[in-house]
Amino acid sequence: MPTIQLDAAAVRVPLPGRGEREILAPTTLTLTEHRIGVIGANGSGKSTLARLLNGLVRPSSGRVSIGGRDVVREGAAVRRMVGFCFTDPAAQLVMPTCVEDIELSLRRTVKDSAARRERALGVLAANGLADHAHDSVHSLSGGQRQLLALAGVLALDPTIVVADEPTTLLDRANTRRVGDTLFGLDQQLVLVTHDLELAARCDRVLVVDSSRVVFDGSPRGAVAHYTDMVDVDG
Amino acid sequence: MSDLMAGLHQPGDTILHRLPVGAKVLGLAVLSLAIVVVRDVRWAVVFLAVTLLLAALGRVPLRSVWRAARGVLLIAVVASAFQWWWYGAEKAVETFLDLLSLGLAALSLTATTSVNEMVDALTRWARPLRVVGVDPDRVALTVALTIGALPGTIAIARETRDAARARGLDRNPRAYLSPFVIRVVARAHESGDALHARGIGDD
Repeated sequence: MPTIQLDAAAVRVPLPGRGEREILAPTTLTLTEHRIGVIGANGSGKSTLARLLNGLVRPSSGRVSIGGRDVVREGAAVRRMVGFCFTDPAAQLVMPTCVEDIELSLRRTVKDSAARRERALGVLAANGLADHAHDSVHSLSGGQRQLLALAGVLALDPTIVVADEPTTLLDRANTRRVGDTLFGLDQQLVLVTHDLELAARCDRVLVVDSSRVVFDGSPRGAVAHYTDMVDVDG
Repeated sequence: MSDLMAGLHQPGDTILHRLPVGAKVLGLAVLSLAIVVVRDVRWAVVFLAVTLLLAALGRVPLRSVWRAARGVLLIAVVASAFQWWWYGAEKAVETFLDLLSLGLAALSLTATTSVNEMVDALTRWARPLRVVGVDPDRVALTVALTIGALPGTIAIARETRDAARARGLDRNPRAYLSPFVIRVVARAHESGDALHARGIGDD
């Protein structure tokens, strides 16, 4: 697995006339496990942590590197390695039909349109969406949309998949379906989630609270830590 | 609008599917110009017959034809009513038929041409603009995204209108327009992030 390295990486945003607000405190991590979970309350900083990994958010200080490549200086190369799946697939699906959306992902790597179409159909088939190739992306169920968004990411053959709360908008059956797809991947997975069952399936789990990683360890320990934290706050 | 412009590509092997995108776009432009310029109700009937024939040639499903016609129908009825009032029945019928023909002609293009084929063609056509610093890929992608964003924008408009209604504010334009604009801008940011994450625009 490639090494995800954060060296005192911090994110701050300016507040008009009121200095800065820390979104993520200086964080140092070395992540090499196959499946890494990130849990924490809304607004705790876990999505910011995830977005640092492919340059969607740049560190205000410190450094983030993926397999030795700096996410700021070598952004394009890092994005080729790190696929990113968003909470709301509607924002991610930008073409009218399923096969066209996958083709959009492939435009950069497959120049011939016939070969691109064939490859896109293959990607859809591999993700259980072959029957929906020519359907409008707006006609799909929530679970199918999220699987399509994930297929658009996987079409680029990333070595790491970062998924930011991919099951938050889904019902239980679709959560299981998307979860099974994510955990069936050969790629390294960084999963930001509120679903503690999914977190429990990871090899290592980080708990983020108030812009800091407050726990880093086994899934069982992380879930217990997070549950205690919520109980104390509640 | 969304029925006409997006989500309608029907894969196939008809003569219209096999025609180069440039020929289809040129054909659509010439036909549309003729429909607009020729002012005669008998020609309006001919144009409608031609566009129906094109839809049949492209094996456009009847359901799609109906959805497209339904989208144009409301505008056609209102425009024709004004024409009737100002110029009489013949002009109203001509306007009604012309608008239906324009909708069907556009549908025959979108049903037989995928957005990616259109993007490839636009990229080729925009290539000479490279000398003045224009990125053809970016131009083509912008056009495709604009078309692709229409159904999503319409969905946001419907949701925002329903939310305003649920709060009993359906007669207050501010309760509808402000959240609509904010949500559209937020969606644009999210889509930008998603494209960025997919590495689109990196090259």
